[in-house]
Amino acid sequence: MASIKLEGLRKTYPGNVQAVKGIDLDVADGEFVVLVGPSGCGKSTLLRMVAGLESVGEGTLHIGDRVVNDLEPAQRDIAMVFQNYALYPHMTVFDNLAYGLKNRGHQRDEIERRVQEAAKMLEIEELLPRKPRQLSGGQRQRVAMGRALVREPAAFLFDEPLSNLDAKLRVQMRVEIKQLQRRLQTTSLYVTHDQLEAMTLGDRLVVLNGGRIEQVGTPMEIYLRPASLFVATFIGSPAMNLFPVDYLRERGSGLLDDLPEGTDIVGIRPDDLHIQAPDKRHLIVESTLELFEAAGAESHLYVRLEGNDQPTVIRTAGQPPVTEGETLRFHVTREALHPFNRESGRRMGV
Amino acid sequence: MQTKRMTLPGGWLPYALLAPQVIVTLIFFIWPAGQAFYQALLREDPFGLSRTFVGLDNFARLFNDPLYLNSMSVTAVFAIGTTLLSMSMALLMAMAVNRLIRSRHAYTTLLVWPYAVAPAIAGVLWWFIFHPSIGILPYMLDMLGYRWNHRTSGTDAMLLVIFAAAWKQIAYNFLFFLAGLQSIPQSLIEAAAIDGASPFKRFWSIVFPLLAPTTFFLMVVNVVYAMFDTFGVIHATTQGGPAQATNILVYKVYADGFVGMNLGSSAAQSVVLMAIVVALTVVQFRFIERRVNY
Repeated sequence: MASIKLEGLRKTYPGNVQAVKGIDLDVADGEFVVLVGPSGCGKSTLLRMVAGLESVGEGTLHIGDRVVNDLEPAQRDIAMVFQNYALYPHMTVFDNLAYGLKNRGHQRDEIERRVQEAAKMLEIEELLPRKPRQLSGGQRQRVAMGRALVREPAAFLFDEPLSNLDAKLRVQMRVEIKQLQRRLQTTSLYVTHDQLEAMTLGDRLVVLNGGRIEQVGTPMEIYLRPASLFVATFIGSPAMNLFPVDYLRERGSGLLDDLPEGTDIVGIRPDDLHIQAPDKRHLIVESTLELFEAAGAESHLYVRLEGNDQPTVIRTAGQPPVTEGETLRFHVTREALHPFNRESGRRMGV
Repeated sequence: MQTKRMTLPGGWLPYALLAPQVIVTLIFFIWPAGQAFYQALLREDPFGLSRTFVGLDNFARLFNDPLYLNSMSVTAVFAIGTTLLSMSMALLMAMAVNRLIRSRHAYTTLLVWPYAVAPAIAGVLWWFIFHPSIGILPYMLDMLGYRWNHRTSGTDAMLLVIFAAAWKQIAYNFLFFLAGLQSIPQSLIEAAAIDGASPFKRFWSIVFPLLAPTTFFLMVVNVVYAMFDTFGVIHATTQGGPAQATNILVYKVYADGFVGMNLGSSAAQSVVLMAIVVALTVVQFRFIERRVNY
């Protein structure tokens, strides 16, 4: 068990490509932190720097109470789960799990005990004599997890471990990873580009963009108060709708007067545009329904507001009695408005 | 593997398309092979004026001939030495090149060149380098106190032909090893590094086992090369000497048949060689698919 501390971490590749541009982050002992961002945001590079697979360009990296900048991956007491699992294809599952323990000179019976224990925890005991190519994707994923936890490392590093699984397995493994982490209380850093995975897994989220941290916080903090336009549109699905503030002001009847100084763009989550008028004061927008998507428990309405070139998405529960082509009125309360400044991309106000 | 099936119209077209290959094979491979089988059963005088049918007598003599048995062990030493040397050098170079990123193509191209050199030319090249009176290596070895002379020392001669034969084959092995190394996912090596394996351990416990199919394939190819494809190397350097020290089986077929004019024995020797090729091919096909897979 250990905390992980990143101080001013930078990484510049030859040709002056800056992959990571100064990251400060504290991961507490036992915490599950998810690094999330689009591809090329530097999240994988950051994780690989923590693992020791990439050299630390600048800055200091602490794991536990040691500075590990110049330590080999093996000396950092971490375990990593790779996107393609990276199981040794010529070894049985047992040997895959035992490999790290053997390299560290554990006794034979100790290895046997720990492998059995890990296999039991992950319910892969009957797979132990098999080779990786005889396993399904989900089973390989479990073995990869097993190989990480059998060593009882100070921290787990996950590099998009679920992205090779089909949708159903992904949800199942997501739940299992979370339960496992809760049980073992091992500090974990998890990289993903999937915002849903990030929201559901992490104690805290780190949203990265272009090698920088956009926002750090609990999933709900980030969802409810996105600190920037990037975070606002990246987290949450369907993505947040953006409106020029003047457009709304025309129909807001004084509701937008108290928006913070500098606000010129306003975000509204698809769930916050209501067909039913709420009791509170609200503003009303009117538009024609272009497309209606029924997704079972919820429905998505695609509308194009007059005078706004961006299409707008509305999410409602169940299936409202609407038909495509009809003109609808949507109601938005003051609390649902997220004020941003277009130029700086930051959230306005406190 | 799935292949698309195509049906050609008409009865004669497929045969016509196959004909050139079949005719070449018949004239240059099957017919001479048949001749060899036939001649192996005959004894002929050096001038080709008379022949007697002797049954398997040529074979019986062969396996009682100390010179032939010597040639077999010489071939074994030569084949094993060439295979080991060329494969280990090729693997070393492939690993070195595999670490490079930008200059990889340049090195690969340069390292493949020796393969384009004809065996005889390779032989002459090394003959010059090792020439006891004008060669550069004997000159340097002399400074170290070693008197190199492959014209009198059987060991020196064997080393010379092994160097020459192996040098040419390194390029071929290198390409296959490089391709093999590149097909090993980087994440496996990284996982092993995190699992606490030293670079040495990583190589022997991860990389080398994963290269096993390549290694086995190359081993068979190299043995076949050393046994059958090195006539030029021997002929251009030692001509089998000194004192039969480098007289490998293929060279002996030539020396006995076309220099010694003992056609019956020479034919019997080629039949033995044919049997060896068949055996090696069977080994390759039987084992490469099954045994060395993971």
